[in-house]
Amino acid sequence: GASLELVAEMKGHTDRVWCAAWNPSGQLLATCSGDKTIRIWGPEGDQWVCKGTIEEVHTRTIRSIAWSPCGRYLASASFDATTAIWACHSGEWECVATLEGHENEVKCVAWDASGTLLATCSRDKSVWVWQASEDHEYECLSVLHDHSQDVKAVKWHPQKQLLFSASYDDTIKIWSEGQDGDGEWECVQSLSGHDTTVWSLAFHPSTQLFASSSADLTVKLWQRQDAPKGSVCEDRWVAHSTLSGHHSRCIFSVDFSSQGYLASGAADDSICIYAESANRDPALPPGSIAPYEIILKLNSAHSSDVNCVSWNPQQPSILASVSDDMSVKIWRFTSP
Amino acid sequence: MSELINPNPVVYNVADIKREARNPQDETDEDVVDEFDNFEIFDLLRNINDPEHPLTLEQLNVAQLKHITVDNQNSLITVTFTPTIPHCSMATLIGLSMRVKLLRSLPSRFKVDIRITPGTHASEAAVNKQLNDKERVAAALENAHLLDVVNRCISNTDR
Repeated sequence: GASLELVAEMKGHTDRVWCAAWNPSGQLLATCSGDKTIRIWGPEGDQWVCKGTIEEVHTRTIRSIAWSPCGRYLASASFDATTAIWACHSGEWECVATLEGHENEVKCVAWDASGTLLATCSRDKSVWVWQASEDHEYECLSVLHDHSQDVKAVKWHPQKQLLFSASYDDTIKIWSEGQDGDGEWECVQSLSGHDTTVWSLAFHPSTQLFASSSADLTVKLWQRQDAPKGSVCEDRWVAHSTLSGHHSRCIFSVDFSSQGYLASGAADDSICIYAESANRDPALPPGSIAPYEIILKLNSAHSSDVNCVSWNPQQPSILASVSDDMSVKIWRFTSP
Repeated sequence: MSELINPNPVVYNVADIKREARNPQDETDEDVVDEFDNFEIFDLLRNINDPEHPLTLEQLNVAQLKHITVDNQNSLITVTFTPTIPHCSMATLIGLSMRVKLLRSLPSRFKVDIRITPGTHASEAAVNKQLNDKERVAAALENAHLLDVVNRCISNTDR
């Protein structure tokens, strides 16, 4: 059967670890914490070590981090209401820009595939779209107010300039630049289905499917369809399937590997891995994705809540997880 | 002075709640795991101060022994509390104080759910959602003013 084997456990953070992000080459893992620091981890021989610590810019919890697609920059979102952009110069990390505007806690930051757009979201219920320039000037293009409660996560489509957000208002909203060409963004779709807060979003490598995880103890899959002619956005997203009964507490994080395996991490301390069902319904159209089924559940993956799971973008068998237990773990996944 | 939310709360006689004596042999045997029970959880919560009155949550019947369950095997604790009036705007603060008190007193393996006793508050669902969203709780506790209020509610509550 499938297995998840512990490769390394890294200690150093002094408070809960919220988020883990691999750089695009898969050589470095960045993590951020309630201890107000970012740590950069990497292998040295057969050991995983802390290669750097970024501190003393954010004054409160650092909730989320994201690498730019070129791998040269790191963005960090903090409860101090700011988002910082970091650049690495000969091993030293330097803050090159601070994005201000949110009224309170910034909960997530995400770069689009081109590296020119950045999205942030906050407890202030808004989603901001920023445009980056070469000299680290960040201009706010749009402030989006359609969510009625705090926005927990933002995620860009892996190829298109299409933004997805997940909220405490139980919905997922999809945003696109309007057709007027005035640079204003608008909500093109709102997806309901989760019974309570949606915490996390992840795209299937085919980009035809994305997953959402919720405090309602389910993971939902949503699939792409062609939108009717004349729509602002050529994509229309509809419910695909629901994974339930696997976690007993809030599911904070989901991520797809480049091979299409789905991982989830939850407040029940466990990690689950799912794969596309082998028993494909013959009635499914060719090329479409079958429902997923669980292939592995690792109880007590951590000794407290699992806050984030993240697959290595280059080594599809390597998974990172972070927890309230302050540790960062690297796992090797073996498929059945 | 600002107006009180509930100027005349009902004050209850504090019952003399005592736990049944443990097996004395267990108390001295190092191999017996000292499990938590609802008496211990109640002991942690009963003396929390009401944010409005110089009274404890036990005296106001907000916290009650029968509204606490402990599942040691799965490290789960459930606490429900009863606001004194259905429109009590202090409900979130009371729940947050209970959460912080338990967070500081219990081993980290415990998962704690804190909810309003069903049917006793107008905004029951909204308050429950907020109290059990750990990101909102973490952010609230980084707010110096709010933390100060919570600390006052839970000061001198170990008696």
